Formats: sequence, structure tokens, C-alpha cells
Amino acid sequence: MMQATASAAERIAPAPAKPPLLSVDGVTLRYKTPNLLITATEDVSFTVGESDRFVLLGPSGCGKSTLLKAVGGYMAPSSGTIHINGRQVTRPGPDRMMVFQEFDQLMPWKTVLENVMFPLLVARRLPKDEAEALARQYIDKVKLTRAMDSYPHTLSGGMKQRVAIARGMAMQPDILLMDEPFAALDALTRRQMQDELLQLWEDTKFTVIFVTHSIAEAIKISNRILLLSPHPGRVKAEVVDVDKVSQTDGSAAALERDIHNLLFSNEPGHKE
Amino acid sequence: MLSPNIILASDVEVAKPYDNVKPVEQKLNALETLWGVSALRKTLLILTLAVIWQVYASYLDNPLLFPTLSDTLTTMVDRFVDGTLPARIWTTLQVLFMGYAIGTVLAAVLTVLAINTRVGTDFLETMTAMFNPLPAISLLPLALIWFGLGASSLVFVLVHSVLWAVALNTHSGFLGVSRTLRMVGANYGLTGISYVLRILVPAAFPSILTGLKIGWAFAWRTLIAAELVFGVSSGQGGLGWFIFENRNLLDIPAVFAGLLTVIIIGLIVENLVFQTIERHTIQKWGMKE
Repeated sequence: MMQATASAAERIAPAPAKPPLLSVDGVTLRYKTPNLLITATEDVSFTVGESDRFVLLGPSGCGKSTLLKAVGGYMAPSSGTIHINGRQVTRPGPDRMMVFQEFDQLMPWKTVLENVMFPLLVARRLPKDEAEALARQYIDKVKLTRAMDSYPHTLSGGMKQRVAIARGMAMQPDILLMDEPFAALDALTRRQMQDELLQLWEDTKFTVIFVTHSIAEAIKISNRILLLSPHPGRVKAEVVDVDKVSQTDGSAAALERDIHNLLFSNEPGHKE
Repeated sequence: MLSPNIILASDVEVAKPYDNVKPVEQKLNALETLWGVSALRKTLLILTLAVIWQVYASYLDNPLLFPTLSDTLTTMVDRFVDGTLPARIWTTLQVLFMGYAIGTVLAAVLTVLAINTRVGTDFLETMTAMFNPLPAISLLPLALIWFGLGASSLVFVLVHSVLWAVALNTHSGFLGVSRTLRMVGANYGLTGISYVLRILVPAAFPSILTGLKIGWAFAWRTLIAAELVFGVSSGQGGLGWFIFENRNLLDIPAVFAGLLTVIIIGLIVENLVFQTIERHTIQKWGMKE
């Protein structure tokens, strides 16, 4: 399976001196339900470099969320390995901050400020005033200065997700892992959040892996997309230089159509 | 070719804002506001009941069966002033706090074990299934043989009445903590006891508080009942003994005064103490079911 995409630009081999930030090699993930052993992904490999906006895209059942959980360290692959900065991933850790889809990821007993400060205090062991300064800075970045001392139950869905993003970014992790963070938002808020995420990235150039099932969202956000096929999840293609497309001249729409055709074509060898 | 067009509402600019409509918010009048205060409604209800009591008891005119409210209150004030009631209350509360504290600590230990190990879970589930339906007071005869006539028997029974209720609720609260929050806790590298204290306990706090409330209610009822059965420990009885003693002396207004004290203390703890905790925690956090 080749790169069969609109942006068939040649893959620029990463400089050999610098190993990728994250490398996933031949990872197969299986999990048990009460009466079945389910293979979520099979032999998936990819690498993520620094400052990549890497999107895992695929229809439901392609194991993209499971894959992200494995990178997060929440489940061990049944074969293959995941390395981050050369260290093997064995358990969850603050070097890979997760942003979840669910609104209940914030701690309801802490204010916005305390929620963002909490991991800084317990995981990075910063002194209190330093943690507070850093937290305030990132809350400002996600434009929640006014809600600093509010409790999460008083916030809207979009604001809660902003807090979760601020919390993840304030930790300055090696990689930010985002599991369909905007999927539960209404369409307007969702577009706004996508724009804000890109602005934040322009600011700090953080590395992010983003899971979504929306092709348009993937194109808008990423610079690289990994396409997965369902049942079990296998790598179908990788789209690179996604950020070169333009929303105005129709190239984004064309790419969206190509990806759609690729994902939903029944013959795997169809582009060869 | 038609193209989409946006037509602005004609009066957007011109119209004076809201000059022809009623204000969006209107104040309720004073009576409606007062009637909305549930404490006031309940006070009125209690006053009505008090009047009925007074009138009926005066009409009955038999202080041995049913003393009037005024007699009861006078006796209560007298016994407060001469120091008997405060001493009795103090004795009861001392035993109560000891039993409650030991029961809660044991419950905490059991649930922490249960959440971290499978054998702990099995142990807790079996024990709560066995002992929760057993009224604590039924252990009193046994406790008297084991620990003798004294505060330790009472504490033993109290621990039993608090422990299972608190443990059961705390454990089910822990199990009900959302998967997302657990994953967030793991993400921060929290494990073991700091994970329990920083994530599970606050996240399960509504259930824990319910457990503490039920435990308190059980303990209070159990203790008063136990003191009625045998009251004197080291020469100083509690509230239950006060009621029993005065019945024997046929001082019925004092019996009523004792009952009233039991009710008032119960109300204070349930409505004042626990509600204050609730207001400052789960209500503030928007976690109240």
C-alpha cells in the first residue's frame, strides 16, 4: 500500500541524526470483552516527529482510540513496541498528557485554575507559585481568564474542553494526545475550537496526536494523517504535507474527496 | 442565477430596545418570596404542631400520660440549669464520637484494601452482605459478655453500626468514579494511596457523605437504644438512661424532655452539620445528585 493521495509529494526522510519523537512499531492491540477477544489494530507502525500535528483517521472500529490509549500507556500491545524519546512506553505518565472527549475529565471539586495547576503540582512537583503562574499563562492562552475561579459545572462544553487543553499544554508534555476532543461539541463551537487549536500550535509548536473520524477536521488540523481501515485496524495510507492544501482554492475539498474514496473503497488494491 | 442574500431585520437599528415589552425579569412580591423559604414553612408547621400538642394535653389534663408542651419545656430548662441534661448529653456524645471515629477509620482501611486488592473486595462484599442486615443493637448482649458493663460495649456496638454503612457506600462510590477521571489520575502518575486520596475520595465524595450520614443515623439510634437497655457506665449514664430513669420515677415531663433532646440533637447534626458540609463541598462542585 503506497501513498495514494493528492499530496503525493515525496516523503522527506527525517534527518538520520534525529530519531523520531514517537515510534510505533508493528503494534497489535487486543482486548477482551466478557466473551470475545477483539483485535483492535494489527501490525500498525508509524512515527511522529517533533511539532507534528499527527491525525489518526478512520471509520469507527478501526482502533484509533485504542491505539491512542496504547500510546498513552493505558494498555500494553500484544505484539510490537511503542517508544517515546527512546524509552519504551509501559504505563501512563505525564510526558504524554491526554485530552479526552468526555466533559467529565475535569475534576469537579477544583476550580479551573486548580484543575490546571493540579498536574503541575503532583506530577511535575513545581512549587505552588510557579505552578500558578504557569497555569494562569495557559488559561489566558485558551481565553478563559474570566472563568479562572469557576467550578467546571458552571462551564459550557467548549469551555471545559479548553480547560482540558490548557491543562495538557501547561504540563509541556512531549506529546499531547487528543482523543476526539471536539466530538461532543456543537458544530459552531467545534469549528471555533479547531481554529483556536491551530493558533495555539502557531504559538508553541507543540506535538500532538489527534484522533478523529471527521475527514474535514483531520485536513483542517493536521500536517500528517494516518488512515486506518476497520476490523481490525490496519494502516491504509499516510497523507503528508496536509498543511499545504488551501481551503480557498478547492484543494482541501479535493483531498477530502480522495480520502473519502480511499477509506470507503472496498478493494484494498484499487489505487495500485 | 440566484445567490444567497442576508436580509437584516428591519428594526434592528431603529427600534428603541425593549420599550414596549415588560421587563424580562420581574421581582416576586414579599409574600411570595417568604413562602419560598422552606425553613420558614417548616417553622410554621412545627409551631402549629406545638400549639396542637399544648391544647390537646391541657384538655387531657393527665401529666402522667401526656404532659403539656409547657411542662416539658420547663422541665427541660430546669434539667439544663441544674446540669443533669448537659452531663447526660456529654456522656452520650463522648461514646458516640469514639464509636463513630473508630468505625469510619476501619471503613476507610477496608475500602482502601478493597479498591487495591481483589481479596479485599471479596472480603468487604461478603462482610457487608452479612453484617449490614444485622441490627447493631442485637450484638449488645454479646458485647456485654465480652466487654462487660461499660463504654467499651457501647463503642463495640456503635462501630458495628457505622462501619458497614460507611464502607458499603464508600466502596460503591469508588466503583462509580468515571473511567475518564481514573484515566486522568493515572495520566498524572498517581498510584496507591495518593491516587485514592486525590482522585477517588473527592470524586466519590457524594457517596461517602451519604454513607457518613447513614452511619450517623444508625449510630445515634443504636446508642440511645443501647443506653435504654443498660445505661450506667462508670456511674454516669447517657441520654437513653436519663429517659429510662425518669420513666421509673414516673417523671413523665422529664421523659418527654429527654426525647425532645434526642430529637433536637439529631436534627442539629443531620440538618446543620451535614448540610453545611454538603453546601461547602458537593453542592459547590455541582456533584449533588
